[in-house]
Amino acid sequence: MSRLIKNGQLESDRWTVLKEATDPEVLKVIPGKNLIVPMQFWRDYQSELQDYAGEIAIWLDSSQNVNDIGPGLHELPLVALNFPVFSDGRSYTNARELREHLGFKGEVRAIGDVLRDQIFYMSRCGFDAFEIRHDQDAEACIGAFNDFHNTYASTVLEPTPLFRRR
Amino acid sequence: MYRYDEYDHQMLADRVQQFRDQTDRFIDGKLSDTEFLPLRLQNGLYIQRLAPMLRIAVPYGMLSSTQLRKLAFIARNYDKGYGHFTTRQNIQFNWPELEDVPDILAHLAEVEMHAIQTSGNCIRNTTTDQFAGVARDETEDSRAWCEIIRQWSTFHPEFAYLPRKFKIAVCGTAIDQAATQVHDIGIYIVKNASGETGFRILAGGGLGRTPVIGEEIFPFIETPQLLTALEAILRVYNREGRRDNKYKARIKILVKETGVEEFQRKVLKEWEQLKETDLILTDAEIARCKGFFHDPAYVALQDEPAELISRLQQDALFASWYERNVSPHKQAGYAIVSVAFKETGVAPGDVTDVQLEKLADLAEEFSFGEIRISHRQNVILADVQQNQLHALYQQLKFQSLHSHNLSQLTDVICCPGGDFCALANAKSIPIAESIQRRFTDQAELDDIGDLAVNISGCMNACGHHHVGNIGILGVDKKGEEFYQVSLGGSSKNSASLGKIIGPAFAQEEIPEVVSKIVSVYKSQRATDETFIDTYRRIGMDPFKEAVYVKAD
Repeated sequence: MSRLIKNGQLESDRWTVLKEATDPEVLKVIPGKNLIVPMQFWRDYQSELQDYAGEIAIWLDSSQNVNDIGPGLHELPLVALNFPVFSDGRSYTNARELREHLGFKGEVRAIGDVLRDQIFYMSRCGFDAFEIRHDQDAEACIGAFNDFHNTYASTVLEPTPLFRRR
Repeated sequence: MYRYDEYDHQMLADRVQQFRDQTDRFIDGKLSDTEFLPLRLQNGLYIQRLAPMLRIAVPYGMLSSTQLRKLAFIARNYDKGYGHFTTRQNIQFNWPELEDVPDILAHLAEVEMHAIQTSGNCIRNTTTDQFAGVARDETEDSRAWCEIIRQWSTFHPEFAYLPRKFKIAVCGTAIDQAATQVHDIGIYIVKNASGETGFRILAGGGLGRTPVIGEEIFPFIETPQLLTALEAILRVYNREGRRDNKYKARIKILVKETGVEEFQRKVLKEWEQLKETDLILTDAEIARCKGFFHDPAYVALQDEPAELISRLQQDALFASWYERNVSPHKQAGYAIVSVAFKETGVAPGDVTDVQLEKLADLAEEFSFGEIRISHRQNVILADVQQNQLHALYQQLKFQSLHSHNLSQLTDVICCPGGDFCALANAKSIPIAESIQRRFTDQAELDDIGDLAVNISGCMNACGHHHVGNIGILGVDKKGEEFYQVSLGGSSKNSASLGKIIGPAFAQEEIPEVVSKIVSVYKSQRATDETFIDTYRRIGMDPFKEAVYVKAD
């Protein structure tokens, strides 16, 4: 059972991530869920997904680019960005571009190797939901939002860089 | 120099607390080696051959006397009584205990110092010319811009897990002393045709396994756009830099594989989205940062005062030290003094607690309480009155810090090498020492003149061997240490990368090889021609012949 931190607390998760999906038949096997499907699957099977009884969101791996999501982005309730390993920093850039350039207002969720010590930077880059790895201490992860009182750079949470606020 | 305000202090305090908690969790077994690794690296902590090594940031190489005394305190209490000036203007300690590191960081925070992002795959400490603000040929003081970059890059949430380390250098002088073209990003402060100040920005330079000179990405960008330009380059690199092979992960490989024009197109596309955001620097911020680097309270003085002239006439050793170690200052009556930390028998860049304290005293007495560290691992007193040069020289002599081999053959740049570093293939400190022992005659060194010898113990090139006039690289051949010699490198404006002369040598052969190379130079040089100029004129062959000729 995955654990989700959202709005600074543990929340029950109504979404199911479909890690691998290439065949739309899979939708018939698991009907009535709220699915986070791979971006490519979402693009390839728009009509099958239209008919699915349940909400649909997408996820991108770190090697994919949010600028390739294309039309339909703003109808999505949620975009999840994967960390195949915590030290792969590409999803930070994807999160910022999703928020700052593409103006995405829905949930941006961190999935994969999501650990306590990266949550502060993730939150600054525009992630607002964190599916933490099974061994992580949820209380400690919630504490991570307060690691720093401030940041120098402009971030999604504080778009005005410190030098304009001093 | 820059002074912290409440924001800087608060963020630093938060960082120390964060790392204390991370270290505790690691010691308790709650954080794995792999997970702790980038966290400790981004706080300057390596686990090395003999003990952890802690690298402390010295932003653009500047230290106050107060900070020097704190470093002496750390050397004495947490190390074996010495530290080491690095080739990137930082200082490192080789013997701290892991569990002491949070306390050391807390001590450093008291004097506005830290070890943030001194290693790891993130934006490292920004370096610059050690003569910034005092050089005669300066377009503009680079330090305020370095500070602006330091703040932007510190704790930048998007760029903490880059494909690989990332180094930025800024150069504001006509003569480049910052090796700017071999950095991931090199920034030149320039003036355009209408006389406005701006930046020329290169990307994709670097040393290491594949040495490359940077390519021009922004020929001229207005000063308020500095951070938008950097952010655009970093974003393209973070997204597209290779992560499959750590040896191909630096930005230089990305620029090469993408092609300069295509890379530039991608950067400009990102920049289009950034160039009208709040990341544009405000006049107020530029003025605020420049305000920290105003001239100190210079006294009105004349150049070449009688006191100095008579001392130079009376004391030949002082005169020869003056010739090598003293550089012209923009302010009449002042001079820039370089103190060579290259005593034979001491690892290049090593400095004891006592020397650190003495430097603090000398800085206060002679140079407004500040020193700088150069990338050649020497120390600069930047604002010395010319009529006090002799008094300063006497005091340096007392500390054995008066050697005048600056920029000479024995002023070797050298990484810690196999004696300390876990990455090294071979030792480097004993090589430096063997060369220094071969050339002990100061008259001979003066005759040879400027000759940069740079030694690295492995391909990572911390000793900048590619840009040494003579470069020496330690290599491992079936478990034995050998040394590859290259000629013709330079980190000056006309930067060039050295070429390998031929098959590698055993350790004991190196002093003789260097001797032979120097002999060729001496026999072939034209009047007033430096080693590098002779090499560029006559090429590799005469050197190669001399070095590999078989004895009858």
